Amino acid sequence: MTFLSSYDLWAALPESLLALTALLLLIADGARRGQAGGVTLPGISVAGLLASAVAAMSLWGQGGTVFGGLVFDDGFASFFSILFAVIGILTILFSPHYLRVRGMRLGEYYALLLLAIFGMTVMVKAASLLVLFLGLETMSVALYVLAGLQRSDAKSAEAGMKYLVLGAFSSGFLLYGIALLYTVVGSIGYEDIALYLAAGNRLSPLLVAGIGLLLVGFAFKCAAVPFHFWSPDVYDGAPATITAFMSTGPKAAAFVALIRVFGVTLASASSLWITAITWLAILTMTVGNVVALRQTSVKRMLAYSSIAHAGYLLVGIVAGTKVAFVGMGYYLAAYALMNLGAFAVIILLNRRSDSGYALDDLKGMGFAHPVLGIAMAVFMLSLTGVPPTAGFFGKLYVFSAAIQQGHIALAIVGLLNSAVAAYYYLRVIVFLYMARPEGDPMVSQPPIYRAALIVCSLLILLVGIFPEQLLSVLTLAVP
Amino acid sequence: MLLSLCIAFPALTAILVLLLPRAQETLVRWVALTGSLVTFVATLAVLALFRTGEAGFQLVENVPWIPSLGVQWHLGVDGISLFLVLLTSLLTVLCIVGSWSSIRERIKEYHFFFLILETGLIGVFLALDLFVFYVMWEVVLVPMFFLIGVWGGPRRVYATVKFFLFTMAGSVLMLIGILYVYFHTTDPATGRYTFDLIVATQQSQFPMAIQTWLFLAFALAFAIKVPLFPFHTWLPDAHTEAPTAGSVILAGVLLKMGTYGFLRFCLPMFPDATMAFVPLISVLAIIGILYGALMAMVQKDVKRLVAYSSVAHLGFVMLGTFALNLEGLSGSLLQQINHGISTGALFFLVGVIYDRRHTRLTSDYGGIAKVMPVYATLFMIVALSSVGLPGLNGFVGEFLILLGTFAANASYAVFGTAGIILAAVYLLWMYQRVFFGEITHEENRKLKDVTLREGLTIGVLVALAIWIGVYPDPFLARMQPSLDLVLSRFHETGLSQVVIP
Repeated sequence: MTFLSSYDLWAALPESLLALTALLLLIADGARRGQAGGVTLPGISVAGLLASAVAAMSLWGQGGTVFGGLVFDDGFASFFSILFAVIGILTILFSPHYLRVRGMRLGEYYALLLLAIFGMTVMVKAASLLVLFLGLETMSVALYVLAGLQRSDAKSAEAGMKYLVLGAFSSGFLLYGIALLYTVVGSIGYEDIALYLAAGNRLSPLLVAGIGLLLVGFAFKCAAVPFHFWSPDVYDGAPATITAFMSTGPKAAAFVALIRVFGVTLASASSLWITAITWLAILTMTVGNVVALRQTSVKRMLAYSSIAHAGYLLVGIVAGTKVAFVGMGYYLAAYALMNLGAFAVIILLNRRSDSGYALDDLKGMGFAHPVLGIAMAVFMLSLTGVPPTAGFFGKLYVFSAAIQQGHIALAIVGLLNSAVAAYYYLRVIVFLYMARPEGDPMVSQPPIYRAALIVCSLLILLVGIFPEQLLSVLTLAVP
Repeated sequence: MLLSLCIAFPALTAILVLLLPRAQETLVRWVALTGSLVTFVATLAVLALFRTGEAGFQLVENVPWIPSLGVQWHLGVDGISLFLVLLTSLLTVLCIVGSWSSIRERIKEYHFFFLILETGLIGVFLALDLFVFYVMWEVVLVPMFFLIGVWGGPRRVYATVKFFLFTMAGSVLMLIGILYVYFHTTDPATGRYTFDLIVATQQSQFPMAIQTWLFLAFALAFAIKVPLFPFHTWLPDAHTEAPTAGSVILAGVLLKMGTYGFLRFCLPMFPDATMAFVPLISVLAIIGILYGALMAMVQKDVKRLVAYSSVAHLGFVMLGTFALNLEGLSGSLLQQINHGISTGALFFLVGVIYDRRHTRLTSDYGGIAKVMPVYATLFMIVALSSVGLPGLNGFVGEFLILLGTFAANASYAVFGTAGIILAAVYLLWMYQRVFFGEITHEENRKLKDVTLREGLTIGVLVALAIWIGVYPDPFLARMQPSLDLVLSRFHETGLSQVVIP
């Protein structure tokens, strides 16, 4: 059996580059152990991510599968490989400053980040539940360590521990679900499962249980209510750069897997799970928003807001059409930009306490630091979903798909939720621009950092005003 | 190109303003003023090119924006939007002039937001694509949020957040309505869904139950904006806390987004539902007229009084719109312009004394007609125009509205007339307390009369008020064909459906 062709290896180039860079980072870190943090490690990481993005772009997925049907080679995967590289680069641009301020001179930070991105890329390419699981675990293990990286900080240690325990727990659900599906179908390839369901086989209780367990596992990973309890604490406790990363990249990877597994593979059995996901969506956005209203720490507020956004994204799964998946792809890209940007701003403005990120710290910052202020205002308006930002367009696209499919009540709940959410996002702007500054407003802003923020906010506006380009790429790419 | 220019020029000026050095405050003001003047001239060109007597859209532009979604940059002007656009561009110029001395901090940002606001407002009135309309509708929200929140009075944060959340809550439901209409509208040229308003209006044949829901989805957004009783609670706060120019543009133009929305979307697209909702909306409008007037009567703060008078006036506008006859509709549309002129001028006038004394309580004044004769004269004319004295603009609008309402339902007209009497009571009573009698506060003896700049700003509006009052025909002649077209939808459905539910 000829399992591997040379094309297969080429198709795996983006991931291979990521893995190689991670290894290189470990070696480089070992070689310069004990020295002060410089630009070497971030430099290598950015170079590796860029190379991987370029590879993904030039090897843009041809459609179909490689590695004997285990791995997708489609545009959807390529799109997200590139998005993950961009998320990684932005995270790394925001990192050295943060690590220096926190006195964290840890080389493995970058290596773990690259490994997590490697895992995410595998997840979005997986065409088999087992490959998906491998990608997921690679990503998760790296994230467990990253979340608890700041060992001296009790909250960070707690975050790492909590994430590990609950993450392992949810992986168990997922694995058990996979096993049950295998028992019934006799295969764990997406295509085989889809064919089995489409053939009109009787839905055995084992299969139903398997899908249910799979759903619970995914709900944990996407932090959907009521399986979200780990995420506020983990997001709050983890180093801010890692929170920014976790709330965008791994979340996007989980949603892409959800699209591939539930939106496509299990689509013909949708009667089994559509009600469950509808309720997950309603609960997730409502609970996320309502709890976010009460937060006084911006970091924790963004953690809950991230839960709410997962709820909006679940609406896309309910709609279940190609249009909905295009919308989710757009939304995930837009969300990555705005959420990373928002975290980047609060990292800079965090000057009082170690992990406070209190809303009060933002008082009057808008006029004192115009670039930061404008960027943050754009991020908040985009998170609210005010046109002409990308956040609005993503929401519009996902909800319009739901309306098209007749889920009008769900769309109403979702959009009313975004009106509720407007309150806490606006509060950030109110503190930025409508409150008198308190104390020393000095925050250091490295030029590259500032440039990254400007790029993020401009991109949000640009993609929001001219979405056609991104939409047409996604329309061709979506499975 | 001309209409796109009217929308784009303020935004381009806004970006230019943002790039100017912070210290050059006078330069910022002049650039902003020039930008708004050029926009005003452009809208005058629209007026000059407008062909009177035509009902349909003119100067139409149609360029694909997001082709895969059926979104087009589709603009056009008709008799309904023409004067609202002119009002916007005129008031923006006056607001920038009016802010010359009253806004002293963060001048760059202030003018940036004002110009973006103008872009959004003109965009709302010119958009012929539901998507473009919605985007512009929301674009208006953000600069207004900042204008109230940063440059407003002591309770500005509360007021502005309330304003934003009320409007946002309404507009998300409208978005659902827009999307529902979108999925029932096919572009005959491409065979795909389209947001095109003209196509949507032609194709809208929804059954009654769906029409009712859609009407409600749109109407809620508009009713909050108007504001129709009981959705008005954001308005007194926002008006009172906003800086003078903010109140002027808020009352003068932003509220008209709601009434315009009813005329442009609800009436033509959902005629059956509109007829079914006539009693409810008329009664709410009458409650608004009476409640607004009674609340205005007991206000101690002049600005708050003017704010409540807006609730009453907009009640009239709604009453006229839902009379569903030509008199009512043209009166209502003319009254929208009149309200922009009169209430805009009233807010400017209140701003004049506020700048001098930093109080707006009637009890802090009294007898100032002696020290500020020109000011008192201007205030008198504007107050009378707001009351509806024949010979001034308010009379024409209110008269037509009552005429139309009387033809539709005489009892509504009776209540409406009571509102006019109350308006005379609260405005003239306030006038008496502020301007006549003895000077009770020593500070008021040294008050300076209006400056040339203030006089010019208000004078322009007073001149317009007299013009419309004496010779409204040029306005009505341009409005009526388009309004007739809206009404023709009702005759059609009236004929095709023998029984109106």
